[in-house]
Amino acid sequence: MAKILIIGEHDGKTLNPSTHKCVTCAKGIPDAAISVLLLGADTAVVAAQAAAIQGVTEVVRVDRPENAHPLAATFAPQVAAVASGYTHLFGPSTSFGKDLTPRVAALLGVPQVSDLMAVEGAHRFRRPIYAGNAIVTVDADPARLLVATVRVASFEAAPIGGSATIVSRSLDLALPTHTRYVGAHSGSTDRPDLQTAKRVVSGGRALASAENFKILFALADKIGAAVGASRAAVDAGYAPNELQVGQTGKIIAPEVYMAFGISGAIQHLTGIKDARTIVAVNKDPEAPIFEVADLGLVADLFQVVPEMTRLLGG
Amino acid sequence: MKKIMVCIKRVVDYNVRVRVKPDESGVMLEGVKMSVNPFDEIALEEALRIKERGTNAEVVAVSIGVADTQQQLRTALAMGADRAILVQTDHPVEPLTAAQTLLAVAKKESPDLILLGKQAIDDDANQTAQMLAALWDRPQATYVSKLAVDGAKATATREVDAGLETIEIDLPAVVSVDLRLNEPRYVKLPDIMKAKKKPLDVIGLDSLGVAASTWLKPVKTVAPPQRQKGIMVKDVTELVDVLKNKGLL
Ligand SMILES: Cc1cc2nc3c(=O)[nH]c(=O)nc-3n(C[C@H](O)[C@H](O)[C@H](O)COP(=O)(O)OP(=O)(O)OC[C@H]3O[C@@H](n4cnc5c(N)ncnc54)[C@H](O)[C@@H]3O)c2cc1C
Ligand SMILES: Nc1ncnc2c1ncn2[C@@H]1O[C@H](COP(=O)(O)O)[C@@H](O)[C@H]1O
Repeated sequence: MAKILIIGEHDGKTLNPSTHKCVTCAKGIPDAAISVLLLGADTAVVAAQAAAIQGVTEVVRVDRPENAHPLAATFAPQVAAVASGYTHLFGPSTSFGKDLTPRVAALLGVPQVSDLMAVEGAHRFRRPIYAGNAIVTVDADPARLLVATVRVASFEAAPIGGSATIVSRSLDLALPTHTRYVGAHSGSTDRPDLQTAKRVVSGGRALASAENFKILFALADKIGAAVGASRAAVDAGYAPNELQVGQTGKIIAPEVYMAFGISGAIQHLTGIKDARTIVAVNKDPEAPIFEVADLGLVADLFQVVPEMTRLLGG
Repeated sequence: MKKIMVCIKRVVDYNVRVRVKPDESGVMLEGVKMSVNPFDEIALEEALRIKERGTNAEVVAVSIGVADTQQQLRTALAMGADRAILVQTDHPVEPLTAAQTLLAVAKKESPDLILLGKQAIDDDANQTAQMLAALWDRPQATYVSKLAVDGAKATATREVDAGLETIEIDLPAVVSVDLRLNEPRYVKLPDIMKAKKKPLDVIGLDSLGVAASTWLKPVKTVAPPQRQKGIMVKDVTELVDVLKNKGLL
């Protein structure tokens, strides 16, 4: 029987949907008991949320003041201590999970499989390589604990309705103090979250300034969409870094993705492969984005965006 | 800051459109242009800037790979690294093996800072820096877009899903770099000539006591499912209509 431990992601108040997606991935493994591990200063609220995910049988809480901020250096030894006794350790392929899980794997002396996109067996998985230009099926050693990150865009969130037991663990571990949290800064506001939004409006280099980029925010607000950006737009300072979509930004799977003035470089397309519908607006009829778009319009975005916003008004 | 170690991986150039082999045994690498992993160029550029800012640290480029990886290390030397070490092996090198090997080199070299790319664009693993930091039992700062070294400490700004996060780390430490940290310099012809005279040591992987383990066995490699080319609409009104009809707006 598989015993799977999922590292839950949260901000102390809300469990990140990446956790629910990891649960769905774990459910793909036959005959699995699924636990969620939560580290924090006080995880009572999020533990209740995790316990309500269907398919989770146990929630393990490790509360201590040093866990107020998720630093890989302090979290990793604690996760490693809890992980013994499990057959699988999953973390989300978010910046939190990607930072933490390899550190845990190395402490345990085991390799990691990054970005699981499909489960084919308890130790056989598919994952993308070369910016998604190839998909490799890998076999991991069944004799070792399997550490993996789950590509969140590949899985639906597991539904609510369960009632797992919640246990608290106190770990007798001295934690390193060589890494200290200083602060955080977010450039975007209370718009829908890019990674979970059903609709995404995204802009590229063609927007030409941060000021112009605002026309996308206006359209997004009209339709309740999150805003994304190409790397070129982020590099140029038109949009904050957390909006970048692609191989080195966020991998997303909205119902509809609208790309305005984005050429469709492979590194960008990697981030939107799983979008249900891709809409592309570009001046250049030869732009590669049209090869993958479900709906294309050759036009000037500076006419299209305001007109769409107007048509959708009221 | 006396010494900075920069990890350089030889990868398929990012402009190459990678194709899978018809027998699904891997991707086609014959005759394909190989380069320094783009993130590693950024790591090296950062090391050079720290050096040039007056620390005068020695910059050592390290790679694990096939004999031809000397080409990429020569590029690193031409960019400005002081010397290079190739840990030679013909086996594919997975992140855990890379981290174990880099640890062995770090123990010999005792750098104050180790810079790596946040991910290699071939395996897209995004693991080696974190694993190396764990094995070395030192701090890690991943996805760094700003780095300020100050004596025995460094302040790193990290690109995370929610925006930017700042952490303080004691040195020695491991830092993995993101795209916006800097813009790597171009290599000039005289630098390429000079680089030929810089030291490049080649050692065997086994001489470090590391075995090139294949932890994960690739079963097959296939092309991703292709998206179908969709329809073109003539104007905004039609676009909005189609989206509404599909229930998407
Ligand atoms: C290692 C690596 C990782 C990378 N990771 C990412 C990543 O995660 N995400 C990412 O996006 N990129 C990434 N890139 C960069 C990528 O290769 C492209 O350079 C980038 O995506 C281009 O952004 P763009 O489409 O906005 O700009 P461009 O390629 O310059 O395209 C602009 C488009 O706008 C169109 N246009 C211009 N004016 C108008 C107008 N008025 N109306 C309509 N259309 C107009 C043009 O026809 C053109 O097609 C990465 C690159 C490397 C090397
Ligand atoms: N074989 C290698 N030789 C030198 N550096 C490596 C090697 N493999 C990985 N690295 C470093 O680790 C980073 C992350 O790689 P990865 O974990 O494979 O995505 C790379 O950008 C390199 O800096």
